[in-house]
Amino acid sequence: MTTTTPPATVQEPLARGRRRKPRLSEGARAERRLGWLLCAPAVIVMIAVTAYPIGYAIYLSFQRYILSAPQLTKFVGLSNYGAVLSSPFWWHALLVTVVITLVSVAVELVLGMLLALLMFRTIFGRGTVRTTMLIPYGIVTIVAAFGWEYAWTPSTGYLSALFNNSAPLTNTWKAIAIIIIAEIWKTTPFMALLLMAGLSLVPEDLLKAAKVDGATAWQRFWRIMVPLMKPAILVALLFRTLDAFRIFDNIFILTSGANNTSSVSMLNYDNLFTGFNFGIGSAMSVLILICVAIIAVIFIRGFGTAAPGTDIRR
Amino acid sequence: MATTTARQKVGWGTANVVAILLALIPVLWIVSLSFKTPTAITDPSFFPSQWTWSNYSGILTSSEFIRPLINSIGIGLISTFIAVVLASMAAYAVARLAFPGKGVLIGVSLLIAMFPFIALATPLFNIERILGLFDTWPGLIIPYVATGLPLGIYTLSAFFREIPWELEKAAKVDGATPAQAFLRVIAPLAAPGMVTTAILVFLFCWNEFLLAITLTSTTRARTAPAAMAFFTGNSAFAVPTGTITAAAVVITIPIIIFVLFFQRRIVAGLTSGAVKG
Repeated sequence: MTTTTPPATVQEPLARGRRRKPRLSEGARAERRLGWLLCAPAVIVMIAVTAYPIGYAIYLSFQRYILSAPQLTKFVGLSNYGAVLSSPFWWHALLVTVVITLVSVAVELVLGMLLALLMFRTIFGRGTVRTTMLIPYGIVTIVAAFGWEYAWTPSTGYLSALFNNSAPLTNTWKAIAIIIIAEIWKTTPFMALLLMAGLSLVPEDLLKAAKVDGATAWQRFWRIMVPLMKPAILVALLFRTLDAFRIFDNIFILTSGANNTSSVSMLNYDNLFTGFNFGIGSAMSVLILICVAIIAVIFIRGFGTAAPGTDIRR
Repeated sequence: MATTTARQKVGWGTANVVAILLALIPVLWIVSLSFKTPTAITDPSFFPSQWTWSNYSGILTSSEFIRPLINSIGIGLISTFIAVVLASMAAYAVARLAFPGKGVLIGVSLLIAMFPFIALATPLFNIERILGLFDTWPGLIIPYVATGLPLGIYTLSAFFREIPWELEKAAKVDGATPAQAFLRVIAPLAAPGMVTTAILVFLFCWNEFLLAITLTSTTRARTAPAAMAFFTGNSAFAVPTGTITAAAVVITIPIIIFVLFFQRRIVAGLTSGAVKG
């Protein structure tokens, strides 16, 4: 049974927040169905591979479950969490992770901004610079990590030779510095690309007008570019911070977490695949997830980063 | 256009050179290592004092490396294909159709993109073990599709939003169903965006390490990066620097050429997703 409705309610994509009372035309209903249908396979795959395993991880985290002794599996409540949270290894790994995240993101923001400005406004060779900058992005992370490892190994590496044949990878904080350098080298171009997108939104005329009014390059940067780029900067920061917190590849290759250089992901991996302790490993995974969620909330609530999806206007 | 002074040119030029050098030196170092003989390896100079091709001939004839390379290519291509197809469908729906839950989809898919993979590795390892998917191609393809989908959906919906919709309306006026409108009118316009997304997703799969080492154990399904991390040398005592770096170059150089070739597309893809409107 069709209801006759005036053409105005034949669905244009709804503005957010306005829910129409259901007098949808058949066309609109078909559109909805098609919409859900098209999204369904993607959603099913994503949920099957993430939501279900996470639920399973939470379940496992309440068990004592060591793969080499499966007959001892039993429900132990929160004791896995207690074990993790009272372990100095966990807190040190968390410290290492936070340090790496903060330092590398801060440096990448500065360098990325410089690089974005370079890629965007350099007078000549723009194509070459942009192209070259993609190489760190395209290179497999662990390949780069191997390069750094060999560079810093005494008697094999040129960087180690520069520093008197030292072995910085065996010293906790020096190794962490090297890990940070490796991270920065690898992902600054990505940060620069995100920032460059924001840069391209700054109207050229505004900058020219400011120049005519006598503003210096410094002033033009801070008074005009940065405020207009703020959304892009915040999005880039959110992505990179969440990414940096998950650091694993570089640490695995450079030090394997030796000498207390593990990040939380590395520690989790060790417990899982060296110790085969699923209970503890799962508890750690859940804790890491909570940390990531906290970071995301801080960014979205605290800094007002555009929450992904809220800017879909249609 | 304001005339550029010589000083400005020198300034930007220097900045260019510095940036390019910083980007390239670590790469050149790896290439140089791959050509060093085992004795030259203990010599820390940047350029090899003794050249050899033996590292390359060694790995290119070794099944320890060839098989993982094939795994990487196969798994990467299949995952990319499936991910792009599914993402296209979802992105089209998001960009074009009206249905509740749209913002939630984008938000949730981005959250998934930000997941710490280690949190997934734990349960997936157990699940795949039980299902018999451990150390198989599908065992990696399914997680790769799931983790590549958010990237795909986000990038593609940004691209799809750029397409002029009047064309689709015109097709509908002419009597096409939404499905026909998609295939005949939108798809050709969307093709560049889909190619870019495919490139980005493929790079992601190729690069992926954590899931590759946790969900595989033999060359049956191990991808190249994972295999490299567990290379042993010719003898138990030789550090396989030459072999590893030769392998590194072999898996990287094609990707670099690939990236350089598609540079404009990749930049467009990465930046369009971040820019709204």
